[in-house]
Amino acid sequence: MNSDTLLLAIPATAFAAFLLPLLLQRVGRAVTALAAAAVMGSCLTLVLQLAPAIFAGDSQLARLGWLPAYGLDLSLRLDGLGLLFSLLICGIGLLVVLYAFYYLPASDPLGRFYSILLLFMAAMLGVVLSENLLLLLVFWEITSLSSFLLVAYSHNKYESRIGARMALAVTGGGGLALLAGILLLGHVTGSYELSVILSAGDQIRAHPLYAPILILILLGVFTKSAQFPFHFWLPNAMSAPTPVSAYLHSATMVKAGVFLLARLFPALGGTDLWFWLVSGTGAITLVYSAATALFRHDIKGLLAYSTISHLGLITLLFGLDTRLSTVAGVFHIINHAIFKASLFMAAGVIDHECGTRDMRRVNGMFKRMPITATLAIIAAASMAGVPLMNGFLSKEMFFGETVGHPQFEAIDWLLPLVATIAGALAVAYSLRFVHDVFFNGEPIDLPREPHEPPRWMRAPIELLVLLCLLVGIFPQLTVAPLLRVAAAATLQSPLPAFELALWHGFNKPLMMSLLALAGGVFVYALRAPLFAWQGQLPTMHPRTAFERVYRLLVSAARRTVAVLDSGSLQRYNALLFAFVLVLGIWAFFSGPKTIVRLPDQAANEAAFLAVCALVLGSVGATLLYRQRLLAVMLVGVVGLVVALIFVRLSAPDLALTQFAVETGTIVLMLLVLYYLPARQAPRSSASRLVRDLLLAIFAGGGLMLVTLQMLAAPFETISGFYLQQSVPGGGGTNVVNVILVDFRGFDTLGEITVLAMVALASHALLDRLVLVVPRYDADGRPWSREAHPLFLSMLVRPLLPLTLTVSVYIFLRGHNLPGGGFVAGLITSVALVVQYLANGNAFAQRRMPRNAAVLLSLGLLLASGVGMASWLFDRPFLTTAHGHVELPLIGEVELASAMIFDLGVYLVVVTVVVTVLSGLGRLSERAHGQKAVS
Amino acid sequence: MEVLLSIAIGVLTACGVFLILRSRTFPVLLGLTLLSYAVNLFLFASGRLRVDAPPLIRAGASYADPLPQALVLTAIVIGFGMTAYLAILALRALSESGADHVDTEQER
Repeated sequence: MNSDTLLLAIPATAFAAFLLPLLLQRVGRAVTALAAAAVMGSCLTLVLQLAPAIFAGDSQLARLGWLPAYGLDLSLRLDGLGLLFSLLICGIGLLVVLYAFYYLPASDPLGRFYSILLLFMAAMLGVVLSENLLLLLVFWEITSLSSFLLVAYSHNKYESRIGARMALAVTGGGGLALLAGILLLGHVTGSYELSVILSAGDQIRAHPLYAPILILILLGVFTKSAQFPFHFWLPNAMSAPTPVSAYLHSATMVKAGVFLLARLFPALGGTDLWFWLVSGTGAITLVYSAATALFRHDIKGLLAYSTISHLGLITLLFGLDTRLSTVAGVFHIINHAIFKASLFMAAGVIDHECGTRDMRRVNGMFKRMPITATLAIIAAASMAGVPLMNGFLSKEMFFGETVGHPQFEAIDWLLPLVATIAGALAVAYSLRFVHDVFFNGEPIDLPREPHEPPRWMRAPIELLVLLCLLVGIFPQLTVAPLLRVAAAATLQSPLPAFELALWHGFNKPLMMSLLALAGGVFVYALRAPLFAWQGQLPTMHPRTAFERVYRLLVSAARRTVAVLDSGSLQRYNALLFAFVLVLGIWAFFSGPKTIVRLPDQAANEAAFLAVCALVLGSVGATLLYRQRLLAVMLVGVVGLVVALIFVRLSAPDLALTQFAVETGTIVLMLLVLYYLPARQAPRSSASRLVRDLLLAIFAGGGLMLVTLQMLAAPFETISGFYLQQSVPGGGGTNVVNVILVDFRGFDTLGEITVLAMVALASHALLDRLVLVVPRYDADGRPWSREAHPLFLSMLVRPLLPLTLTVSVYIFLRGHNLPGGGFVAGLITSVALVVQYLANGNAFAQRRMPRNAAVLLSLGLLLASGVGMASWLFDRPFLTTAHGHVELPLIGEVELASAMIFDLGVYLVVVTVVVTVLSGLGRLSERAHGQKAVS
Repeated sequence: MEVLLSIAIGVLTACGVFLILRSRTFPVLLGLTLLSYAVNLFLFASGRLRVDAPPLIRAGASYADPLPQALVLTAIVIGFGMTAYLAILALRALSESGADHVDTEQER
C-alpha cells in the first residue's frame, strides 16, 4: 500500500468498522470489546506506519474528489500536529476501550457504547487529518453529534439527557459560527485547502473580513474547548460514564478546539486582535476555572473545572504568540491528555469502588487501595506541576513565556502574577483531591466497601502514569521528537531554539513554580474559611440560566408554530392559496411580456352555450352546495361540458376518459352523501366569507389571466418527435396512446402504481369502518327499504356483456384509434358498478373475483413484466416491439407488445374503481347490521 | 375560443377554491373536483387549442399537440383516484370523530 492509500485508510477503517461492536454484541461482552480494540488498534497501526516519514520531516497529503465544484474534496493531511493528535486519539482510545470493559456494569452488552465511541473516534481522526476545512467541519459536527450520544449514554437519567443536550446546543452553535467563519475564509483565500490557507496568512490578516473571520472561528473553538463564558457545558457533561469523560474531556473532544487553534495559527495568528481575544479568554478561563475547581465536592466536577482551566492555559499559550509559547501550548496538550486521562480513570475507579464521588464522604482511600492511590497522586502531582512530572515541564515553559512578554512591557509583572496565581490554585485543587480522597480520616457512610479494582482496570492508569514520569524525567528521550514535529507543523516555520530539561538553572520560572507550590499549600491550608466564604456566595448556575434561555426559545418556537399551525385545515388551505396567489402574481408581473395576439380559433354558438352551461353549473354548485344532491348533479353537468370541450378541441381520448370518470365520480359522490350527516353546516361568518370569496376570485381571475397569457404567447410544440415516431417506432396511429404505453411508459407505470396504492389505502381505511346510517333523510322522510327495482335489475343484467364487448373493442383499437387501457378499464368498471347498483351487493359479490390484491398485482406485474422482458433482448426497460398478425374474421391487426402493458393498465384501473366503489357500497350492509343489533 | 376557455378555467378555479375553503367535507370534495377540472383544462390548453386535428396519424393531416393530452389523460384518472381516496378518508374521519367537519378546531 502506498502512503496515500494508507492515509485514506485511517478514517476509512474507523468509519467502516464502527458498527462492528454492535453487530458482535450478541456473541458476548469480551468479543464486543475485542472488536472495538481491534478497530482502534488497526487505526493506531496505520498511523504508526506513516509516522517515520513524518518524523523525517515530510507531511502526507491524499485526495479523493468529492464535490470539487463546491471546493469540497476528501483531502487528508498528516503532518506533525495531525500525527500527535492521531496518536493521542488512537492510543488513549485503546486504553479507554480496555478500561470501559471493566467500568461499565456487566449487564451492559457494550455494543452500543463501543460503536458510538468508535464513531466518535472516527470523527476525531477526521478532524485532525482533514486537509479541507469543509471536510473538517463535517467531521467536527459528527464529533458533536456522537459526543451527544456518548454523554447521554445513560439516557434514562435526567442529568445525562440535560448534560448531553447542553453540550450539543453549545458545541453545535459554535459549529455554526465555525461554518460561517470557514466559508468567509474560503471566500478570502479562494480555497478551503489548508495548504493554501496556511500560506495565505498575510493576505488573510490584511483583508477587511479578518476580524469577522477570526471571531467566528474563535466562537467555534471556544465553545468546543469550553472556554469562558461557554465553559458551563463541560461540568454538566460529567454525567457521562467515566470512560467517556476520560476520553472526551482529556484527549479528544475538548482538544478539538485547541487543535483548530493550533491548526489555523499560521493563518490567523500574529495580530493584536488575536493576542487580546485568545490570550484574554484563555487567562480568564485559566484563573476562573482553577478557582472554581477548588470548591467542587464531586471528584469529576473538580476534574472538569481543572480541565477547563488547563484548556484555558493552552489557549493562553497560543494567544501569547511568542513562538516558544506555541511550542509550550503543543507540549501542554500532550501532557494534559496523559495526566487528565489517568486522573479521570482513577476517579472512575473510586466511583466504581465506593459508589459515590463526593469528596466529603470519600476519605482515607490510601489504606484501601494503595496502588490506585499512588497512581492518582502521581497524576495529580503532574496536574499541579510538581517537578519530575510531565506537567511541570510545560507549566515551567508557560511561566517562562509570561515573563517579559512584549505586549506587556509597561506592566510586566501582571502576566507572571496571573500565571503564578493560577499555578497556586492548580496546586491547591490538586492537593484537595489527593488529601480529601486518599487521606483525611475515614470514609463516611459509603454504599459499599472499597478495595483495589480488577487488575486490568488499573492497567491503563499505570501505563499513563508511567508516561507522566518518563516524559517528566527524560523529556529528551521520550517526547522531544514528537513535540518537535508537532510544533513545527503548528508554526509552519522553523522551530525556535528550546531545550526540554528538568533543570534550567535557578531562574524566574523556577521561582514562580516554587511560589505557586507554596501558595497552593497555603490556600489549601486556609480551606475552611474559604469554603465558608464560598458557601455564602450567591450560587450562580449557568446551567439554570441556560435552561431558562432554552425553555424560552422552545416556548417561543411553540408559539410561532401555534400561530402558523393551528391544526385547522381550512386555515392551512387559505394560507396555501394565499401564498400561491402571491407567487402567481409575482410570476405574472415579473415574467416575459410576450402577449403577441390571441390566435383566432373562432368560437361558435355551441361553444358559447357549452361554456355558459359550465359557468352556470359550477357557480350553481358553489352557491347551492348545501342542497347536496343538486350540487352533485350540477358538478356532473360541468364534468360533461368539460368532456365536450375535449371533443371539440381534438382530444377524443380525453373526452372518452372524462365521460367514463364522470360516471364514476357521480356514483362515488352519491355513495358518500348517503353516509355523511345531512344536517346543515352553520353559516360561515361574514369575515370568513369575504376572505374566502376574495381568495377564490383572485385565484380564478389569476388563472384566467395566466391562461390567456399562455395562449397568446408564441408556441412551439415539443411533440414533433412523438408525432413522427408514433407509427414507425410505436406501431400505433393514436399518438396519445402510444405516448402513454410506449414513449412515456415508465410514467404510466408509476401512475398505475399510484392507483394501486389508492386501492390498497382505501381498503385499509374501509376495513372495520362502521358508520351509523341515518334512518331518515334531512326532511324526516324514512329511507327506502325496498329491494332493488326489478325493472332496473332486469335491464342491467343483459347490458353487462354488451358493455364488456364495447370495452374490449375500445381496448383493442386503442393503439390506433381513441381508446386504450385507461378508457376501456373505466368503461368496464362502470359496467360492473352498475351491476352492484341495480342488483345489490350480494348478487354482484357472488359473481366477482374475490381477491382485488391478486388482480392489482397481476396488472402491475403484466405492465412491469413486459417492460422487463425487453431486458432479455438486451434492450432498455420498456422497449416495445410490434408486428402484424392476421386474425380470422377481423383481418389484419397490428399487435404491439405495448398492448400487454396496456392490459396491465386496464386491470389496475378496473380493480381500483371497483374496489373503491363496491367497498363504499358494502359499508351500508355493515351499517344496517349494526343498526339491527342496536 | 381562447377567451371562452380562459373564462371557463377561471370560473372553475374560483368555484373550486371557494368550496375547498368550506368547513364540511362534502363541499371540499365538490371543490376538489371542480379545481381538478380547471387544472386539467389548463394543462390541456398549454398544447394550444386546435379544432378538427386529433392526434391520430393519417395522411396529410395536421395534429393537435398529443403530449398535454397524454398528461391530462392520466391526470383525470389519478384525479378520480385522489377524490375517491379523500372521500373514504372523510368517511373514516366521520366514524372516528363523529363529525364531518374538516377541522378539529371548529372554525366556521
